[in-house]
Amino acid sequence: MEHGRADAVHAVEASGVGKVFAGRAGEVVALTDVDLTVRAGEFVSLIGPSGCGKSTLLRLIADLDGASSGALTVFGKPAHQARLDQDYGIAFQQAGLLPWRTVAENIALPLELHRVGREQRRARVAELAELVHLGDFVDRHPDQLSGGMQQRVAIARALAASPKLLLMDEPFGALDEMTREYLQSELTRIAAETGAAVVFVTHSIPEAVFLSDRVVVMSPRPGRITDIVEMPFAGERDEALRESPAYFERVTAVREALHGAPVERANER
Amino acid sequence: MRRWRAAGWGAVGILVLAAAWELYKLLGPAQGLVVGAEGSEFLLLPRTHDRAMPHLWEMGARLLAPTSGGDTPPLIVTVAGAAVTTLGTAAVGWLLGVLVGGLLAMLMQRSRLAELGLLPWIVVSQTVPLIAFAPVVNSIGTQLERGGGVWPQWFSVAVIASYLAFFPVAIGLLQGLRSPDAIHRDLMRSYAAGYWQTLIRLRLPAAVPHLLPALRLAAANAVLGAVVAEVSIGLRGGIGRMLIQLAGQASSDPAAPWGPTFGAIALGLVAAGSVALLALGLKNYRRGEETV
Repeated sequence: MEHGRADAVHAVEASGVGKVFAGRAGEVVALTDVDLTVRAGEFVSLIGPSGCGKSTLLRLIADLDGASSGALTVFGKPAHQARLDQDYGIAFQQAGLLPWRTVAENIALPLELHRVGREQRRARVAELAELVHLGDFVDRHPDQLSGGMQQRVAIARALAASPKLLLMDEPFGALDEMTREYLQSELTRIAAETGAAVVFVTHSIPEAVFLSDRVVVMSPRPGRITDIVEMPFAGERDEALRESPAYFERVTAVREALHGAPVERANER
Repeated sequence: MRRWRAAGWGAVGILVLAAAWELYKLLGPAQGLVVGAEGSEFLLLPRTHDRAMPHLWEMGARLLAPTSGGDTPPLIVTVAGAAVTTLGTAAVGWLLGVLVGGLLAMLMQRSRLAELGLLPWIVVSQTVPLIAFAPVVNSIGTQLERGGGVWPQWFSVAVIASYLAFFPVAIGLLQGLRSPDAIHRDLMRSYAAGYWQTLIRLRLPAAVPHLLPALRLAAANAVLGAVVAEVSIGLRGGIGRMLIQLAGQASSDPAAPWGPTFGAIALGLVAAGSVALLALGLKNYRRGEETV
């Protein structure tokens, strides 16, 4: 982590960002007045109910959609330029692997597209396959892998160009609870090893609390940021954390932020 | 196991057809069933006498007998030669059709305007009767040749075959090029991949499952188009012309036209089979079909 560097360029800087979609029934405000800074190496989760604009915000950062208003920079450049420069890697809820390519070929896809030499490509793919513990599966095709393994391939692919920013849109949303917790621990390790900043969209409170340095709480109609909750768990994200009172206390804090008021417990009603 | 079962059912189908033919020949009225008054009679059931419906074994025997008496080679050899000639023409037509259909599909995928402008015409093109269209192509070819160009007559047949072959390719490939999920398009965009890179790494491979049936249909269409075009412009040497010629002698030699008929069927099977062979080579691109 690069906390010591005051002049470090922020991974993401958004000020006054808004997004309006032109729908059939008029304009829909998907996002309004978003101010958010993600520091280099920082893990930030976006959480909120459906329609709060968390995925939209991620797509704006990725320049998959353009912002309607406000200023959005990624590593100090416009999002569009950052995309052209391959400054981020991205993963979605579906692994989105190309079924006709092997695991190795899938991981190598972004490298191929950017004309990385064959030898260099092979070395990098081997490295990445080890990083996500799929070294023995590089010659398999996606239909021969479980959902969790496919998602690990997708993460390796997102990391292929060694980006300093990882954008993830509910990457574990379609997985069972066991696989989910395993991959959360893996992601913690991978983020630490690569030093990449992560913007992570989720609607699981425990997931956000476990993974993040900060949890950004969002709210719908119109989509906006309502609160940002700090997590003090840097360097101690292991299985023991999931059982600790401090963890539950933070889960409650995020839940209250989500509901906009202290949560009433059933026995207090 | 499954392959054997499929072959078994195929054989059963042929046997059922053969049995139906012989059974009707045995039980049906020799002069057919005619209804209606004198002068406006209507043939309800076909005739079954030997000139109208030769026995299957007569057809088989005729295949082995000399083509036109004397020392001429057996009919089956002549049929095979004609079939190979037509297959060559149809193959050229197929290639042309695949090329044109492929280019049209890519153009329509690329530009909405091109799709709006082209797609209706592509559909309408298939409603033009081949019989009307074939002489036009032929006369254009003749004029080109007269003007100093090189346009052998068989090429007219190939062009007409391609006219039928391009349609399924254009439609099938267009659908295939559009088949990648939003997530894959987003990914390619996130890699800042351009149109050609996206086409080659994503759209074309994803289109294979849609393209293969289209190619098979195009092969069958190309054979059909070649046979009909040969008849319509009177090109010698192919199976279409042979069919017409022998059908003209059917009253004296009723089993003979069945030779080129079987030849045409074999031709269609070979054409479709060649595409199946192609599909075998593209197995990896059809993996999605099993997982989703």
